[in-house]
Amino acid sequence: MSQEGLLRPGIAQLRVLDMDEAVKHYVEYLGLEFVSKEDDGRVYLRAYDEFHRHSVVLREADQAGLDFFAFKADGQEAVDGFRKRIEDFGYTVDDVPAGEMPGTGARIGFTVASGHRIELYADMDLSEDAPETNSPMIWKTMPRGMRAQRMDHCLLYGPNIEEVEKFFTEVLDFHVPERVDMPDGAFAIWMTVSNKAHDIAFVKHDEPGKLHHLAFFLQDWNDIGHAADIMTHYDISRDLGPTRHGITRGQTIYFFDPSGNRNEVFSGGYTAYKDHPTRVWDHNSVGRGIFYYERQLNDAFLSVVT
Amino acid sequence: MADGNEPRVFRIRVRGSDVVASCAETEKALIALEQAVAFPRPLPVNVGCRKGGCGACRVKVLSGDYTTIKMSRAHVTEQEEAEGYALACRIMPLSDMEIEPAFLSPRERMEMRQAQKFAD
Repeated sequence: MSQEGLLRPGIAQLRVLDMDEAVKHYVEYLGLEFVSKEDDGRVYLRAYDEFHRHSVVLREADQAGLDFFAFKADGQEAVDGFRKRIEDFGYTVDDVPAGEMPGTGARIGFTVASGHRIELYADMDLSEDAPETNSPMIWKTMPRGMRAQRMDHCLLYGPNIEEVEKFFTEVLDFHVPERVDMPDGAFAIWMTVSNKAHDIAFVKHDEPGKLHHLAFFLQDWNDIGHAADIMTHYDISRDLGPTRHGITRGQTIYFFDPSGNRNEVFSGGYTAYKDHPTRVWDHNSVGRGIFYYERQLNDAFLSVVT
Repeated sequence: MADGNEPRVFRIRVRGSDVVASCAETEKALIALEQAVAFPRPLPVNVGCRKGGCGACRVKVLSGDYTTIKMSRAHVTEQEEAEGYALACRIMPLSDMEIEPAFLSPRERMEMRQAQKFAD
């Protein structure tokens, strides 16, 4: 195996204002599977093409946003190794015991310079409804709604993104397929620990710890159109799209969940190998980088976050 | 809605713009404003999630009666709600209304919340 250490995004825990409305949105419209609701009120969801128990966790609160974003490692030894490197970098690491989430092993957590909590873990049970592996059908139960295949990535807003980039690349072994540099320094960075165009991205922002969007992977451009049809029919608030990103080249729609958390449905995107050079956008081209067809940012891109 | 008849319809004005929206008492002010302004002319208030969470359509109500439904306390605190602040996507009119945009940029919101925390 060539990819070692961290493998991929694994868990996103979102705060929602109204659990019933949120579950309707993520299950009926996005098409995630309802896995469980636990005694503490948290709801666990999984996309139909994901193998493990859950990927999206909803927690009811009076402010929307992201509690944490977690990456899955290839073993406990890797997590232990990262703990040492994170502490050597100067961050405090805390422990979340196995079982704090059902079917999930021990996790470690820490706060990066942008104010976001990131977690790492090695173990999660396979889903009882995991995709077949023996002469498999392409799906087990008929996909629903927008037919989200997996929780794909997130874009986070906060300060100190130069330090965030240094931490993710030097300590967590991410690489940077793409970036936007303004005359006064880095404006945005797209980073991956795999060979997807991005597993996590950051935009420079005054307020720490903010969520711009949580993205879900769809099969193709046709499914992006199908998702747009669903948004109009069910009065889901659309932000922008269907369009394409210049950055990552993904096809996309930004829209909102009922709590104001922005979601994205995303398809395509190039393959990013670690030996590829970083693509760099300047301030004159950032509009085309974010929204390739519109070639300009909308107001909400810079101002609406949770 | 009185006696099962048609819902009453009120006018919503936005100070600083010539937009006047007709808004039923069962309808959200933001949606009525969007319907009153032809694309791609910009709206007099910002639009985001349309669901009370993101704060883009934060306004101050200058006059008129209205009801609201649940909105994020990150954007309208209880005290601000008592002072007439609300998210336009959560406002349903009970009379003619005048509102003005009161969007807080992320920096403004951060500084205001820090000042409020300090005052407490």
